[in-house]
Amino acid sequence: MSRSTLERTGTGAPRRAEKPPAARPGVSRLRRAEKWAALVLLLPALLGFVVFYVYPTIRGVYYSMTDFNLLNDPTFIGTANFEDLAGDPQVWDSLRITAVFAVLNIIVMMVLALGLAAFMQRLHLSNWVRSLLLLPWLVPNVAIALIWGWLLDANVGFLTQLLKSIGISGVSFYNGDAALGIIIVISVWSGLGYTALLLYAGMLQVPHDLYEAAALDGAGETRMFFNITLPLIRPVLALVLVVSLIGSFQVFDLVQVGYGNNPIPEVRVIYYYIYQQAFSFYNMGYASAIAILLVVILGALTFVQMRLMRANRSDLS
Amino acid sequence: MTTATSGIRRNVRFRPGRTVAWIIVAIVVVATVFPFYWMVRTAITPTADLVPQAAQLWPSSPTLINFQRVLGLASIEESVAAGGTGASIDFVRYTLNSVIYAGSIAVIQTLSCAAAAYAFARLRFPGRNLLFGVVLAGLMIPGIFTLLPNFALMRELDLLNTMLGLIAPALLMSPFTIFFLRQFFLSLPRDVEEAATLDGVGSLGRFWRIALPLSRGPIATMMLITLVGMWKDYLWPLVAGNSELTRVLTVALGVFQQQSPNTAPDWTGLMAGATLSVLPVLLILVFLGKQLIQSLNFSGGK
Repeated sequence: MSRSTLERTGTGAPRRAEKPPAARPGVSRLRRAEKWAALVLLLPALLGFVVFYVYPTIRGVYYSMTDFNLLNDPTFIGTANFEDLAGDPQVWDSLRITAVFAVLNIIVMMVLALGLAAFMQRLHLSNWVRSLLLLPWLVPNVAIALIWGWLLDANVGFLTQLLKSIGISGVSFYNGDAALGIIIVISVWSGLGYTALLLYAGMLQVPHDLYEAAALDGAGETRMFFNITLPLIRPVLALVLVVSLIGSFQVFDLVQVGYGNNPIPEVRVIYYYIYQQAFSFYNMGYASAIAILLVVILGALTFVQMRLMRANRSDLS
Repeated sequence: MTTATSGIRRNVRFRPGRTVAWIIVAIVVVATVFPFYWMVRTAITPTADLVPQAAQLWPSSPTLINFQRVLGLASIEESVAAGGTGASIDFVRYTLNSVIYAGSIAVIQTLSCAAAAYAFARLRFPGRNLLFGVVLAGLMIPGIFTLLPNFALMRELDLLNTMLGLIAPALLMSPFTIFFLRQFFLSLPRDVEEAATLDGVGSLGRFWRIALPLSRGPIATMMLITLVGMWKDYLWPLVAGNSELTRVLTVALGVFQQQSPNTAPDWTGLMAGATLSVLPVLLILVFLGKQLIQSLNFSGGK
């Protein structure tokens, strides 16, 4: 009889009830030792969690109800920040821009990445080629913003000229009509290889005989993709979707570096607006209130997404 | 016999598909690499040739002057003559800062989270599930929400623009790493640990001597992913460590760009700076590319 059996019988029961005096002194001693071990193992991470997650969360909520400019002590003003926020067109405008960015970024990225992963599934790409696909993921967004800013320079940018030569003009980095689309293209470009490789890894888990059986039944490539591959990689698909949704709402570096400290209005995303309120205007209280709005929106979206995807259930197991 | 038949059928049917697949993958690879090629091409082009040779795939007279002036190896006069502002990047120092920032967080955070993940996966203590739920909730909080109070905290502690203040918030904790490694520990067979328990090995010993060595792969994965993430990190180092002493490479590049005039950006200098910032990444790719790919396979397959 192993210890785990003893343990299992004790699960969930109140500690005192399972301790008939002197009957199993060894077990209760082990239990106590285990609790201490858990404390030791958890301590560093919990310290970080309490000091830099829980405490700032409480402070952030408090700040959102204060007038605080870093120099003065926060003064409590109730819900005034949230009332301001509701009537601030810039908040809603930046949320709209961010939402458009997120939706288009995710749709374009997922379609392309799924396609690329499906093609990769058929080829035995060397690690070398796959590493190349990862390159943009490794490069900081700051450098990426610079590189694309140059490729799309209005006068001598290589891409601008290339597009002009095939009759598409007006696509340049600082052109307001094109800017949001450009940010989406850059974002898709930099995340495509990484996302495709993640999905590809998920596809490798799908048992090969399923495809063989389907082929014997005369199913075509497209049907196999939609009826076998797609349903069976749902867990990793859900993970990638949730992560890229949260990530898309946090787009910032590309805008801040690409467009400087006063970005054109078409790309003023919500993260930028919060950053501006906090670090250009020192409205810490107001910035915290907008950040809380963002937390609520992201929480709701993640919840809905997990529900729709039934992410925790895998058809494979 | 069945396998033989299906094998033949597959081969016949897959051939045209494979050609298309190769073409598409090749296009994606070219589109992925070309911007980096163009960055290097621009960095070795003399500023005077930039406009006349805007569509030339290789500059007529390649030069290293842009790297020299960005690194501060050229005199101010030479720099200005070459089309720059005389601004330079203390590249070695900022790279070192980035290495310290990303490296220390990657190693310490992953180990600290591995210990916590083991406790959540294997040990029994009151409030375990509730605590794990609270930690997971941390996943959904966008960074900027905690960034503002953390900035205020570091300011109160007088730790702004110090390495300690820069590193501290991410040093010990990442909800995602705990989640990821807990999943892995749960998937380990229990037998070895149970046998060790019978031999009198305590919980800490089981973590240190059995679980940790068995999970070298996933731990290396998380370290690598964290390393890349912190290497790319921008917003926190920008607000909390934008002084000469603590500036990391991403922030330095951003500052360098803002020093360049908006109306006529110093593109050759900027691309030289960008090239320098991509170099360390290329080293990672060359030496750890395989490990990186396996890491992704691992995290995507889970």
